[in-house]
Amino acid sequence: MGYTLDFTVVLDALPSLLWGCLGTIGLALSGMTLALAVGVGGVVARGSSRRWLRSIVIAFVELVRNTPFLVQIFFLFFALPNVGLTLNPTVTAIIALGLNGGAYAIEIIRGGVQSIDKGQIEAGLALGLHKGQVFRMIVLKPALRAIYPSLTGQFIMLTLTSSICSAISAYELTSVAQRIESETFRSFEVYFTITLMYLAISWLLMTGFSVFSRRYFDYPTR
Amino acid sequence: MGTTFGLGELGFLIQGLKWTVLLAAIAFVGGGIGGLGVALARTSTSRALRRITGGYIAVFQGTPLLMQLFVIYYGLGLIGLTLPAWVAVAIAFTLHASAFLGEIWRGSIEALPKGQFEAAKALGLHYVPRMRDVILPQALRIALPATIGFLVQLIKGTSLAAIVGFIELARAGQIVSNQTYEPLLVFSVVGAIYFALCWPLSLYGMRVESRIARAAAR
Repeated sequence: MGYTLDFTVVLDALPSLLWGCLGTIGLALSGMTLALAVGVGGVVARGSSRRWLRSIVIAFVELVRNTPFLVQIFFLFFALPNVGLTLNPTVTAIIALGLNGGAYAIEIIRGGVQSIDKGQIEAGLALGLHKGQVFRMIVLKPALRAIYPSLTGQFIMLTLTSSICSAISAYELTSVAQRIESETFRSFEVYFTITLMYLAISWLLMTGFSVFSRRYFDYPTR
Repeated sequence: MGTTFGLGELGFLIQGLKWTVLLAAIAFVGGGIGGLGVALARTSTSRALRRITGGYIAVFQGTPLLMQLFVIYYGLGLIGLTLPAWVAVAIAFTLHASAFLGEIWRGSIEALPKGQFEAAKALGLHYVPRMRDVILPQALRIALPATIGFLVQLIKGTSLAAIVGFIELARAGQIVSNQTYEPLLVFSVVGAIYFALCWPLSLYGMRVESRIARAAAR
């Protein structure tokens, strides 16, 4: 066999790998923000009285959820320049992550909104709150609390999915690793190390999510 | 200019599709067997077994599938196993599926009412007949929608084998796209093929889910 593991190349490359971690976190957080916006917008459009708008949202959700992210990101990467948008790979990756995560978020948020008792909404309107306030305070916040575990689980998935953005060479951990691997040929050492880094990133995010949950959602329900 | 997208190119994509389906099928069957073991270990009385499988699930759910592929693909080579690429990839997907299916089925085993376990014990059923005849048939039924959902994830996930160079549907798409210079057309066709594969499964999953919900509401 005669192969000896050599992690010194990884140590030498540690600064660029840590920058890659920051790239991944930045990509993931931007993707989540966009996904949340797409999710909330999608749910509003899904409940619209216009039939065509509802159909578009349903088609979007089904298309995204039943095709691989790799194909979606390739499609966007080649499609965006055709409509006159020449963006760098990292921005394209954020859009792809946001649209993909958004489709899942639409279904999750819709489930949460449906769990809100109609009487609550009527009570809010009767108290003189206008539609926007009722949506924000009576529908959105309790619904967010109900769906928080599945939504944050989906966000962790989004973070892990961001590694696929290396396929269009967006700036994130996996593409940094691929560059180091092609220079050093230490495939196993490099990928093993960044796997641990991904594990640390997802644990960090999970901890962050649970701290946020305790602060923001900690109010009495009755 | 390269060639144009014609029947030959479509045939090449269909060749890739065969590998996608085969890879997903191997991973699903292998992952089903492994996942059953993981689920049983996670719900066993042995603390050591629960810890080990808990760690296994945490690692596979906390790292990208792409990294799992890379590490297992290169790792198998390191320990002196020279396997064909597709076997290495199939092993990686099987380990991945075992962790996810194990966690899904653990959840459904734990979701069963305690009375089911107690009644089976009171009837004098030992562990094997208790699990085989009482617990698992019920647990697997309520887990069916999530299991189908994961199968869809798995089919989509096999596209990542393209990145390690294995020629399945997504990789075939990349090759055809490079030959024809028509990425939009090619990736639309590739996307449509994945959709035709996954959507019926998703619809079936939703139907089963609402049937179970109706049965529970009765």
